[in-house]
Amino acid sequence: MSVRQALLALLHEGPRHGYQLRAEFEQRTGGTWPLNVGQVYTTLQRLERDGLVETLHGGEDLDARSGQVMYGLTDAGRSEVSEWFTTPVPRTQPPRDELAIKLAIAVTLPGVDVGTMIQRQRSATMAAMQDYTRLKRSGRASSPEESGDLAWSLVLDSLVFDAEAEIRWLDHCEARLRRAALAPGRSSGPGRSGDPDPASGGRVGPRDEARIETNQGARR
Amino acid sequence: MTAVLHLSDVTRVHGEGPTAVQALRGVTFRAHAGELVAVMGPSGSGKSTLLTLAGGLDQPTSGTVSIEGVDLATLGATGRARMRRTSVGYVFQDFNLIPALTALENVSLPRELDGERGRAARTLARAALEEVGIADLADRFPDEMSGGQQQRVAIARAVVGERRLILADEPTGALDTDTGEEILRLLRARCDAGAAGVLVTHEARHAAWADRVVFLRDGVVVDEQGSDEPEGLLAPEAAR
Repeated sequence: MSVRQALLALLHEGPRHGYQLRAEFEQRTGGTWPLNVGQVYTTLQRLERDGLVETLHGGEDLDARSGQVMYGLTDAGRSEVSEWFTTPVPRTQPPRDELAIKLAIAVTLPGVDVGTMIQRQRSATMAAMQDYTRLKRSGRASSPEESGDLAWSLVLDSLVFDAEAEIRWLDHCEARLRRAALAPGRSSGPGRSGDPDPASGGRVGPRDEARIETNQGARR
Repeated sequence: MTAVLHLSDVTRVHGEGPTAVQALRGVTFRAHAGELVAVMGPSGSGKSTLLTLAGGLDQPTSGTVSIEGVDLATLGATGRARMRRTSVGYVFQDFNLIPALTALENVSLPRELDGERGRAARTLARAALEEVGIADLADRFPDEMSGGQQQRVAIARAVVGERRLILADEPTGALDTDTGEEILRLLRARCDAGAAGVLVTHEARHAAWADRVVFLRDGVVVDEQGSDEPEGLLAPEAAR
């Protein structure tokens, strides 16, 4: 995660202490990506090493006398910030997605109940989305007063849309797996072809669907 | 406690013989006062059938549907019609407002049909419009309002006169994201104020506004997400 760029960008408004940076980050993002103070200072030290920030020791500065260091942007730091804001976040390397990997492997293995796996995941993701929505409709995200509150409610929206995309993808997987299991005479891949107890059984699995289809057909 | 809406082991079969379709199969479902329950499922999963039965617009093939402890089957057609007018409010995807009536008249109509005097009905209607934040649009006709405003009128019509059960069928379907969210906020507020709400939707993002989400597949409840009792009943400060 781009803690480095985020801290640099927060310094754009003016010099800050490490703990101030942490507080400002949290105000905008809630506890979504918690930062500990150690992480903030390690990052600031690296940024200093790279010549992007400098420590300020203003003699007349009260805080400096109390022993706390303030950080400010160098010119190089300033240009790095503006580059961050003008360059899209790269999409070339998709982040590792445990769920996609899990499902991709599960559908190829015999004896894995993919139908139930999908249903359980959908419930868990829905529960997370209900939590995000609860946060959205109560607290400071529900009626943003400061720009930091608005930022936080937008982060919540992002989490909601991510969860929604995951649920839509799960629905889509479920529908495709049922179709694949129903396709006559077509072996639908290892682990399912000719398997009398299809991998994706479960209560919502293809077997159920097949039974409903026959019920609705001319058999009875 | 008694659920405001209770479907017990409900089955609904459309048609007969080989072409019979089981729209719902042994579904048990409750919505309590103060609770918003979402019903999710793809088309054909039975979610609209569930809502139609809940509103007494259709009857189950077997099982019972009760509203506030009264089995709808014991009411007869007249009793059910009265129940629909006085206890149940509907919100539809396409608003279903009467184009020739103003917002205020649309909202007061169900009260007047129920025998309320015009002036009293209009007073209630005005309060309902105020609750959904469009008191200033009372004299507009539906085609003079945006989609979001029309849906607000529809919600006012659904809640006028303290109805305890609100049934919403894809109420945000025709609205953009932001406007849709406002509508959910209103439904949510009404449930927080004590009504029982049932929200049928195929959008997970909207279902997430509910206390409980029921997943329907092929007429069967396959899963439920959320507490059975609304948190508000257990702890008044439960708004986390």
